[in-house]
Amino acid sequence: MRDNDANSDSAKEESTATMATTTKSEKALLSIEGATVRFCGDSGDGMQLAGNQLTSTSALAGNDVATFPDFPAEIRAPRGTKAGVSGFQIHFASKEIFTPGDRVDALVAMNPAALSTNLADLKEHGILIVNKDAFESKGLAQAGYQENPIGDGSLEKYRLHAVEMTTMTRTAVEGLGLSVKEADRCRNFFAMGLVFWLYDRSLDPTLRYIDQKFGKRPGVAEANRRALKAGYHYGETVEGIATRFHVDPARLPPGTYRNVMGNTALALGMIAAAQLSNKRLFLGAYPITPASDILHELTRHKQFDVLTFQAEDEIAAVTAAIGASFAGEMGVTASSGPGIALKAEAMGLAVMTELPLLVINVQRGGPSTGLPTKTEQADLLQVMFGRNGECPLPVLAARSPADCFDAVQEAWRIAVRFMTPVVLLSDGYIANGSEPWRIPDPDGLRRIAVEHPAARDNGEPFMPYARDEQRLARPWAKPGTKGLMHRIGGLEKQDVTGNVSYDPDNHQRMVSIRAEKVARIAQDIPLQAVQGPDSGKLLVLSWGGTYGACATAVHQARAAGKSVAHCHLRYLNPFPRNLREILSNFDRILIPELNMGQLRKLIQAEYVIKAVGFPKVQGKPFSVIEVLEKIEELLS
Amino acid sequence: MSTDTTLPVLKPANYASDQDVRWCPGCGDYSILAQMKKIMASLAIPQEQLVFISGIGCSSRFPYYMNTYGVHAIHGRAPAVATGLKSVRPDLSVWVITGDGDALSIGGNHLIHAIRRNLDINIVLFNNRIYGLTKGQYSPTSPLGQITKSTPMGAIDNPLHPLSIAIGCEATFVARTIDVNIKHLGETLRRAAEHRGTAFVEVYQNCPVFNDAAWDYATDRDSKSDSTIQLEHGKPLIFGKNRDRGIRLSGMDPEVVTLGKGITEDDLLFHDEQSPEPSLAYLLSRMRHPEFPEPIGVFRAVDRPRYEVLINEQVAHARKERGNGDLEALFRGGETWSVS
Repeated sequence: MRDNDANSDSAKEESTATMATTTKSEKALLSIEGATVRFCGDSGDGMQLAGNQLTSTSALAGNDVATFPDFPAEIRAPRGTKAGVSGFQIHFASKEIFTPGDRVDALVAMNPAALSTNLADLKEHGILIVNKDAFESKGLAQAGYQENPIGDGSLEKYRLHAVEMTTMTRTAVEGLGLSVKEADRCRNFFAMGLVFWLYDRSLDPTLRYIDQKFGKRPGVAEANRRALKAGYHYGETVEGIATRFHVDPARLPPGTYRNVMGNTALALGMIAAAQLSNKRLFLGAYPITPASDILHELTRHKQFDVLTFQAEDEIAAVTAAIGASFAGEMGVTASSGPGIALKAEAMGLAVMTELPLLVINVQRGGPSTGLPTKTEQADLLQVMFGRNGECPLPVLAARSPADCFDAVQEAWRIAVRFMTPVVLLSDGYIANGSEPWRIPDPDGLRRIAVEHPAARDNGEPFMPYARDEQRLARPWAKPGTKGLMHRIGGLEKQDVTGNVSYDPDNHQRMVSIRAEKVARIAQDIPLQAVQGPDSGKLLVLSWGGTYGACATAVHQARAAGKSVAHCHLRYLNPFPRNLREILSNFDRILIPELNMGQLRKLIQAEYVIKAVGFPKVQGKPFSVIEVLEKIEELLS
Repeated sequence: MSTDTTLPVLKPANYASDQDVRWCPGCGDYSILAQMKKIMASLAIPQEQLVFISGIGCSSRFPYYMNTYGVHAIHGRAPAVATGLKSVRPDLSVWVITGDGDALSIGGNHLIHAIRRNLDINIVLFNNRIYGLTKGQYSPTSPLGQITKSTPMGAIDNPLHPLSIAIGCEATFVARTIDVNIKHLGETLRRAAEHRGTAFVEVYQNCPVFNDAAWDYATDRDSKSDSTIQLEHGKPLIFGKNRDRGIRLSGMDPEVVTLGKGITEDDLLFHDEQSPEPSLAYLLSRMRHPEFPEPIGVFRAVDRPRYEVLINEQVAHARKERGNGDLEALFRGGETWSVS
């Protein structure tokens, strides 16, 4: 993305009003390139819903969008407390963007706790909309305010709009027979309506959503409709908001688009991979944040021959998936770090039995239970090495919500082509974030060829560990096939026959074969690409969900004349075969990671070079400015 | 899957793999292996449709010795592997071979959930009341006070009783048999194979090296008639060398009574393996030596919907309602917009 300073620029323009046109409500309409808006409030205030509606409405308006939901681990932390604050940030623009934006142009705070925890991210002169009714003594005390910030001058550097949202929402829904509690639940629609007016968004998508969602409860539907419109009309009529903004459609590549979250894209990609490889899809899963939505999404699509198994625990989830893989179908398990820790032994079994298996790790803050709803990239070394014995397996990472669709198909392609479990890393930021996805033509997707040895009746024993010479993959014989009966398991296998073997030389050979098999995947994956010059002073090397921040920061640095390139890895094991050469062409390598330097360790060990780490472990993604400043620091 | 309508005639030897069997001499596992091969030869299931899945322990080497498909998985997890396998391939005959440590310690969670789901699989638990492969620590079924390598002053954990657990999970088929009682063993395995749903079979199995004679009371010629009782569906519970004693219900509790002196067979508890309520089967599973004779045979055999049927029915239902799944339509789900 470029930056989201558009609003600040337009704020200046606003004063001169040179670009202003006149609307029917006699308020100025300013064209801007993009904006970042954050809704925040109590976790019961419906902020995720508000954010999602603004997202889909902006996407339907043709903007590029990127989102960042941020919510507490507690389902309902005590009302009004800082611990219970839930937020949703959305960046929409008329140009291609890659991040949900650093600082926000407009902040909607439904209570004092939300204001106090989010205000630091609002730009100077940014728009601040607060629910004035919630700023009473109890709420203020819970947020730690001695004085009411509305009116004490502390919010002077923002364009403050203190709106009596509760009162006006209650008035709007009067006569519908709703209780006060029910009426107050419509406040988020009032807030939405106001923001929709502010950014010249159509109410139609949200009105359609209300019909669909609350169709069976006409009273609630009507209340939400009224609240939404009341917010919109408030914007039109109130004195003090003189300007609204308009963001044109983005010039995205031609095609049909929809908005997807990372976990949805993973599920869609898995279904595609199963169809493309002509397999039943079996997902073994145990509910865990932030991976559960993969289970929820897949279970809605059983007509694609999708079987979802909510297991008794993480271990059952992965071992059942192994059972499905042994059966000759697509075995998948999806979890997050703590669950992956429990699956480690079973992943070793899949390595030993050389069965294709997809293991998805939607990373969250660790260690232990850590920060369940916050993002981190600290499981890279876990999935690389967190098993007993010499136990290599391929590791891939998705870089954005839409990219999950492609990444998961590639992971399954490698799994069946090389007969190996494959780990695909995502993270909480990708999983719950969203962006427009250009819908592919299903006929254009890459087929995933799978061969199973045919039945036979010649009496010759079947050799389950005889290998393809190039890939070193063993045959995938399906139970039920005549003449191919065989036993596999976790004990060391004799080369070729697959019988149990404790022979020292055989063990050495098998350990080497398993390692070599994974290493040879490098011959089967694309060469690594570099954005920018292929040699120079500085290369930013990144992986996973930091893609957007790194790509944008490098782009901005280069636009400012800096010599810097960007290399973003999808394949973390094995590394692309040209990566050594790429790295050798730069004076310095900068590796920004949401961990304490895990890729850096791997790179330094693999290529015996020095790399500069840029670690961040705050449960939050990188902002563009953080990476940009680091680049500037290294180049100064 | 074979499309032949006639199956080749196979002998027990056809079910032996080419691997040397490596259990200790005199181990009860040999007998179970022999009976398994024998009943396999008599079942109308193509050899390649059979899958044996095990965890870790002496019993769990079993799949390596069967010329069928097999997975020697990781400790305790065989029921979960079987769940995935059977769900995607309901056509296969799936057997889980496990032991008291594998099934009840490390794998306890998977065992109870597999049973409650009632997949059409057979779980055979070799109970020798000891850890054999790790050389003699007490197991979850070792009696209180048992002296083992890890309990030199005696075991202090109250033992688990496999059948009580299975019945507690409302298993649809529950049976007990004994390794040396080969005819009964073979017959019990056959009943398990024929049952549609999870069949849970406990086999009293002797470990001659680390826990020899643990089941002597149930196998010794002199004592077995008094310390075990054969369950037969629809028959009264009678036991003893002279078949002159029986089990009668006294309120909620069983009691041992002697026939005669006014007590007739009609006063005794009649075994009903098909009772929909598991309470009586549970009561039988609580009868322990030496207070009671221990029941041998089928405790419970009832019908209940099976997981692999239900999970595949949901797929079939979704396909009937929505068609076979169209990627184009899937991708275009939700609101879309076009850029030209």
